[in-house]
Amino acid sequence: MANTPSTPTPSSGAAQPILVIDSVGKNFRIAGGGTFAAVKSVSLTVNAGEIVALVGESGSGKSTLGRIALGLMQPDAGSVTFDGTRLTGLPPEAFRTLRTRMQPIFQDPTASLNPRKTVRELLMQALWKQPGAGAARCTQLLEDVGLRPAAKFIDRYPHELSGGQRQRVSIARSLAMEPRLIIADEPLSGADVSIRGQVLNLMLDIQKKHDVAYLMITHDISIARAFASRVAVMMKGELVEVGPAEEVLSNPQHAYTKRLVAAVPLLGGMTAPASAA
Amino acid sequence: MTTTENPGRGSSAVPPLLQTDALRVDYRTRDSTVTAVQDVSIVVRPGESVALVGESGSGKSTVARAMLGLLPDRIARIASGRIHLNGTDVTDFTASQWEGVRGHPVAMVFQDPLSYLNPVMRVGRQIAESVKRHDKATRDVQARVAELLELVRLPASTIRSYPHELSGGMRQRVLLAIALGCRPSLLIADEPTTALDVTTQAEILALLRDLRQRLGMAMLLISHDLGVVWEECERVYVMFRSRIVESGATQEVFAKPTHPYTSGLILAAQAARDSNGRFVTIEGEYSTAQD
Amino acid sequence: MKHANRFITGMAKHPSGVVAGVFIALLALVALTVGFFHNLDPYVLSDDSMVAPSASFLLGSDELGRSVLAGVLHGTRVSLTVGFFAALMATGMGILIGAAAGFYGGRLDTAVMRISEFFQVIPSFILAAVIVAMTGTGLAQIIAVVGMLAWPQVARVMRGEVMRVKQLEFVDAVRCLGISERRILFGEVIPNAVAPVLAVGTLIVGQAILLEASLSFLGLSSAELVSWGRMLNSGQRFLFNAWWLSFFPGTAIFLTVLAFNLFGDAVAAVFNPRNAR
Repeated sequence: MANTPSTPTPSSGAAQPILVIDSVGKNFRIAGGGTFAAVKSVSLTVNAGEIVALVGESGSGKSTLGRIALGLMQPDAGSVTFDGTRLTGLPPEAFRTLRTRMQPIFQDPTASLNPRKTVRELLMQALWKQPGAGAARCTQLLEDVGLRPAAKFIDRYPHELSGGQRQRVSIARSLAMEPRLIIADEPLSGADVSIRGQVLNLMLDIQKKHDVAYLMITHDISIARAFASRVAVMMKGELVEVGPAEEVLSNPQHAYTKRLVAAVPLLGGMTAPASAA
Repeated sequence: MTTTENPGRGSSAVPPLLQTDALRVDYRTRDSTVTAVQDVSIVVRPGESVALVGESGSGKSTVARAMLGLLPDRIARIASGRIHLNGTDVTDFTASQWEGVRGHPVAMVFQDPLSYLNPVMRVGRQIAESVKRHDKATRDVQARVAELLELVRLPASTIRSYPHELSGGMRQRVLLAIALGCRPSLLIADEPTTALDVTTQAEILALLRDLRQRLGMAMLLISHDLGVVWEECERVYVMFRSRIVESGATQEVFAKPTHPYTSGLILAAQAARDSNGRFVTIEGEYSTAQD
Repeated sequence: MKHANRFITGMAKHPSGVVAGVFIALLALVALTVGFFHNLDPYVLSDDSMVAPSASFLLGSDELGRSVLAGVLHGTRVSLTVGFFAALMATGMGILIGAAAGFYGGRLDTAVMRISEFFQVIPSFILAAVIVAMTGTGLAQIIAVVGMLAWPQVARVMRGEVMRVKQLEFVDAVRCLGISERRILFGEVIPNAVAPVLAVGTLIVGQAILLEASLSFLGLSSAELVSWGRMLNSGQRFLFNAWWLSFFPGTAIFLTVLAFNLFGDAVAAVFNPRNAR
């Protein structure tokens, strides 16, 4: 049973990097003096239209790296280049315009929506760069993420929605910016196993329809294997292994990756049930 | 509902450690009554490893808590059915009666050890408390605490640590040590590794396996992780929306599920994709999505 | 608005707050309408001086034959005016200064903290007395003094709340939309941080009323104004012969400050983040 997704071929034929993380390092001060290196000289590239999974356990620095890539944190060393332009050191005005093409999906959909704003207000906030856009565009965005009929949701507050619906609203808001790259930090961790497929399918649809690349940060190797074309493994701030998903996960080279893959309990050793539709 | 139960190992003269008969638990809120669990009959025999699998809202946590009388007092109610622990009917036990039964022969560990450990008391003392309370026969408590720490593979220096000084995996081991201090015949583990890293999870599961073998302890594992269940448990009950929809030997149930929810769950857990490359989801009547 | 409904239902659970709120509303009503009742003129002199509470003078009369009842009722105007405007000024200043300090941090924050500590350490009454002695006894001076002394309390609470809210994920999510820091402060952070400040605001009203009463009691306020403190000032000489001259204004001060404190407590309980959904 082949689980490898097909990577959409970029139209130009050659892989164009959309995100280049170059030797990025980040230190934090710890109480009582001293510093803690959360990220140590990590370099990673995401090409246009690609799906890269950044895999690691807690304390690996993967979330910190994600925030640095999104520009929410400044690196202490190295640089981040997005769509050919160096983000690190860019003046604030230019930075704000450029960063919109790179959007997040956060882990906790409840925390990522302002509790005092309605869905309509939240979406309109994301449409500030498109002055003509209004209710029609909001409706379309909601329907794109599977919230139909849009009218049912558009005037609700976040606490009036279920967790899954909030996640979709967050995704709709990110979509409104027409991003070329989506950085998703544990987007499936809150969801039940049976609903994960819905979120993954939505992400696939977005990729196909809008030619979006993904940097998916996760601790779940099975999701990385199922969804990504390339996998990067982080441990204690360092990148220990990078490569095509199937290779890295079936034939890991680094000791840590081997341990990680071996530790994952798999429903292995049995044939799949007959019907899979 | 398919039942492919093995005829229990051990003679039928020994009562099962845990048995429920058509258990039904209701939650009463101000406006309505919700049935969290209904018609649930499960059995755990000495030395067995049984899993209770389900997603959020299935009722599996309610079942786990009902087993030890840990349901919230005024809100939850056992509406019908019985619970038997080691042959004793505990369904209508009062709080003081429960105190005599908890720990021995049935102990429990939970998902988030930090919530269940006293933050201002050293870990060694918390384990000692458990021993003093549930294992009155033991004279040398300190020696027993050291023995327990060794059993859960924690260094002896842990005795002087506070819970917040320990990692997630170590805290879970402490919780295990407290539970083992009661000399349980049955350990109910409610999502014991869900909050842990996958490598730590592997260590804890290996530890549990080892303990079960050494102490001949039975385990009821509550989980949503089918992979863990496949590797650790001989029998499984699958719960969906308050009922058990399938049960039997793990290998058989997972290889040839007869209930559509079970097969859907397995496919979803494998992140299986259909012929169009889309991920399999469970839609319709067996969906847990609330829209 | 939904938030107003939730506030009202929340308040209903605190009967002391509700009673206090009703009392305050009555006071406001009195302050607004008492001027229209010509038979309640506190300045009218009469020959019936030092009359104990009776049918003709419900709360008695003073040494110049003026009605104590009229005095107490008119006193609400001064007290509520001082209380309201002083609290308004302190709250306004405190919100802006506290929010800026909490949001931007760094040296601005340190400077604000040191300044507010200075104001909090100074014995407020002595400072008030000195300023009033130097600049005159008008109502405006008293309001200004109380406002200047009270803003640090508001600023502290606001700063703490802002520091908490600015770390929430939805603030980062909006940053990724390319929205400027200033708009984030005013559009996302302050609205979600301001609720506890309202409780502090009501407490400041009580403090202001007490301060004005104390200043008046020591004769540091204008003799033309009818204020409870002033009545206490004139009544103290006759404390044992004409107890009513001190008792009623004193009780008025006590009940009013108590009401604002109880109301403030109830508001604080309603907005306690632990009570949030």
